[in-house]
Amino acid sequence: MGKNDMDITKDQYVEEKPRVLKSAPKHRKISVIQQAFEARHRRRKLVEQLLFAFFRAAAVINGLALVIIVFFMLKNGISAISWEFLTEVPRDSMTRGGILPCIVGTILLGLGAIVIALPVGVASAIYLNEYAKPGPVLRAIRLGINNLAGVPSVVFGLFGLAFFVIWLKMGVSLAAGCLTLAALSLPVIIGSTEEALKSVPDTYREASLGLGATKWQTIYRVVLPASLPGILTGAILGLSRAAGETAPIMFTAAVFYTPDLPGSIFDEIMALPYHIYVLATAGTHIEETRHLQYGTALVLIALVLGMNMVAILWRSRLRRKLK
Amino acid sequence: MSPKLKMTSIDLNFYYGDFQALHNVNLQFQERQVTALIGPSGCGKSTYLRCLNRMNDLIPISRVQGTIMLDDEDIYAPSLDVVMLRRRVGMVFQKPNPFPKSIFENTAYGLRVNGVTDKAFMQHRVEESLKRAALWEEVKDRLDDTALGLSGGQQQRLCIARALAVEPEVLLMDEPASALDPIATQKIEDLIHELKELYTIIIVTHSMQQAARVSDMTAFFYMGKLIEVGETDTVFTRPKLKQTEDYITGRFG
Repeated sequence: MGKNDMDITKDQYVEEKPRVLKSAPKHRKISVIQQAFEARHRRRKLVEQLLFAFFRAAAVINGLALVIIVFFMLKNGISAISWEFLTEVPRDSMTRGGILPCIVGTILLGLGAIVIALPVGVASAIYLNEYAKPGPVLRAIRLGINNLAGVPSVVFGLFGLAFFVIWLKMGVSLAAGCLTLAALSLPVIIGSTEEALKSVPDTYREASLGLGATKWQTIYRVVLPASLPGILTGAILGLSRAAGETAPIMFTAAVFYTPDLPGSIFDEIMALPYHIYVLATAGTHIEETRHLQYGTALVLIALVLGMNMVAILWRSRLRRKLK
Repeated sequence: MSPKLKMTSIDLNFYYGDFQALHNVNLQFQERQVTALIGPSGCGKSTYLRCLNRMNDLIPISRVQGTIMLDDEDIYAPSLDVVMLRRRVGMVFQKPNPFPKSIFENTAYGLRVNGVTDKAFMQHRVEESLKRAALWEEVKDRLDDTALGLSGGQQQRLCIARALAVEPEVLLMDEPASALDPIATQKIEDLIHELKELYTIIIVTHSMQQAARVSDMTAFFYMGKLIEVGETDTVFTRPKLKQTEDYITGRFG
């Protein structure tokens, strides 16, 4: 606080105080107290402006992060992008050709994971939120789901290997990969679906039941349609996670190279995230394929952002219908 | 024609967990009459109302002792289908709660869940119900618009139309006008006068003026007990008990 004739000194303030209390306030005394408030007000405003600037900067950095990532990938990988890149299979130890099998594989994995996880997740959330009675069983189930969310993705991969690939004899396959990724996405979908269900006001349920509807009719006709935007958010998150994960598919679905596109769900596949890893570490001509690596990353980002965009647009259309 | 009893409660006791909210309530409702339930906040009148269509079943810790009869059936009998009960005993809530659907779909909702698929019949019922709820003229050109765009009073009349569409026998109204402005309230009260030709109406109200204007019979509740019940005129001009008189004249509550 700089020197200012609006500032008061401690003597002034202390001296004036007793007289303010005893006699009728004179104009000069009120302005001394007011001066005290004025000076502090300016400091308070300054503090607030500094903090807001800090929050704004944090948000901007957040937004910038995505821009920086995309920029970096573009800079290093744009040279690899071509129609050939997107539509052909890899040739010459992956130094030439394209990544079509990876694109196909990733799309199939993502869709497969969601097709399995969404119904199971939504059904679980409906049970937990609408039917289950509070008690130790419910608490145990919730504990299980919450802990499932914390399991590292590589552990999911090993689980998938042990259970789907070996025990259920699916072999390294699209099916095993989809199932493993579905298990991974499940907590996310259950969580966001439950939030969406909770946000539907109970008054809707009461109104429906009061008209002679069954519980299921109420859920099917009122609660689910009203919570659809939230459920879609969960599906988006789940889909993005599934498409981009490497560890769960390393042991269960993706292989270094396969010459054909998958013909059945029991075929091995190639996938974009794994391909990036492969090109960076295990390829036989690492230096030559560096730009292909970035190009692959670019395609993966584009795919994931594309899927997100479609789902976000769909969700806002649904939101508008409910307003 | 001797008045027929539509619903009666016999020695009804109700508990929220350990708390006893209703004590031995014996009350009878005659067909096609309006009965008002009055009493200070927390006296149990809304709880009692919600027992009549078993909406309190939704509360896990609730417990009911005693009987409630609809015509000659015990509604708490294990063999009774609650879903069917709620079609016969409809409810209008305090705060208008139309679904986030179109006006038509709101009114038709009850029909759809009860299995009606005939489009012509549905159109007819929707129109009839909206007319009965004195809303038809205002919405007949915009049945496909969202119900949430209506004013509060219109929304409440829509909720009434929605309840009427399934042709209930009894209509329970829990302070239906308390969230509305005076003009909308007036419309609802006029509506109740018309509706009682066809339905038995039980209305919970905080406003004694409303009870006096609208009802044939009045029941005064206090602390979970039924203190006095009788013809509205009598209860308000010559109450039998001092407690009733004190409440009506505003000495407490």
